Amino acid sequence: MNKIIELLPQIATAFGQTFYMMFFTLTIAALLGIPLGTYLYLIRPGSLMQKPRLYIVLDAMVNIVRSFPFLILLVAIIPFTRFIIGTSLGTTAVIVPLTICATPDFARLIEQVLLEVNRGVIEMAEAAGAGTYQIIWKVLYREARSGMVCSATLICVNFISYSTVAGLVGGGGIGDFAIRYGYYRYQPEVMVFTVILIILLVQAIQTTGRIIAQKLDKRI
Amino acid sequence: MMIRLVEIKKTYQTSSGPLQVLDSVSVHIKAGEIFGFIGFSGAGKSTLLRCINLLEKPDSGAVFVDGENLTALTKKELLGRRQKIGMVFQHYNLLQNATAFDNAAFPLAIARVPKAERRERVLQSLETVDLSDKAGDYPSKLSGGQKQRVAIARAIVTKPKILLCDEPTSALDPQTTRSILQYLKRINKELGITIVLVTHEMDAVRSICSRVAVMETGRLIETLDMSKELQPPQTGLARFLFASGAGI
Repeated sequence: MNKIIELLPQIATAFGQTFYMMFFTLTIAALLGIPLGTYLYLIRPGSLMQKPRLYIVLDAMVNIVRSFPFLILLVAIIPFTRFIIGTSLGTTAVIVPLTICATPDFARLIEQVLLEVNRGVIEMAEAAGAGTYQIIWKVLYREARSGMVCSATLICVNFISYSTVAGLVGGGGIGDFAIRYGYYRYQPEVMVFTVILIILLVQAIQTTGRIIAQKLDKRI
Repeated sequence: MMIRLVEIKKTYQTSSGPLQVLDSVSVHIKAGEIFGFIGFSGAGKSTLLRCINLLEKPDSGAVFVDGENLTALTKKELLGRRQKIGMVFQHYNLLQNATAFDNAAFPLAIARVPKAERRERVLQSLETVDLSDKAGDYPSKLSGGQKQRVAIARAIVTKPKILLCDEPTSALDPQTTRSILQYLKRINKELGITIVLVTHEMDAVRSICSRVAVMETGRLIETLDMSKELQPPQTGLARFLFASGAGI
């Protein structure tokens, strides 16, 4: 117990690093993933702006990035990370691979959620003279909004697991802390305490996501 | 002449080969009338209706609305014309995450009508279908008939000259069907909106249509004037439809 109290400042720092990574990763992943997912939906064969060939290419690219185990992705793109951030080490640097990992996942989830939107409502909007841009904002995002929040929640939870690996390149964060103190230094009570904190964090994210999604959903 | 369809042809490519759904269909629909299309499922009547606002693009043929050939317009011009044509669907097609008010306001938002102007027009539209008290309700709280009335309010909110109705009563019970048909009739009379009604229910045609076109396998086989009681149907299908009373 004393050990844990001694380590509280480090735990706080680790949480700070996790939130720092989470904020930037998820913001960038949302800014890239939502448009990409929407575009995938729009260019699907039979959809509003269908481009079957381009769809096959983009679809394959999304799958390829998603297939990479995160650890390998992290190492593989070190030169790219160095180019963007100036270094491949540290909390800021690890945002790059985390974002690259989260973006296609997010895009795929958004595409799936948009596919659930009733085709009839889209046809109604077309009959009302809506252009594609209006259909996206006034129909697709409106009808799919609770699903989009659920997707973001899922990405958020996945992120916490991925960010553990960030420790390898000095990224820090709560997962890395659990491994360094709990595993490498044989302090199981620190490990258990940290894991409990992570469980609470995940619960908090999941609950918040669920409440927002329910608030937005007027279907039932 | 309000709506004129000329030699409309449409073929779908299906896995079992090409399927011709419209075979050189020509129709004239006059301003102010309620014109029905009736026929069995797969006769092509819904596809033909969708050709009027070009939700469905004919392979060949021309669509004239108010003397203007819609098939010759650019995409952007077409979107503008669609804003002047209301449409009602079998399954209502309401936004689930929008209130009755916001659903009815949808075409005005699309047409970029200023917000201040929207409110009055939406309330007026909801008033027409006697749903003023449901303005704040989401569709999940409404009955089938109420949902269709919201859809009708939405379709007339832009003050269109034409209202396209695709099986508007086919998902409703007989009593609700009658009420929806009466609303359509009133809208036609009081607002002077030309209505094109696709249905497979002969009762619907009998109660509100001024003329009806009978369709079979992509062709228009007969047009009947409902106001002339004594005009006998000429084709077998038309005779069957008229004799079977309750509908198909």
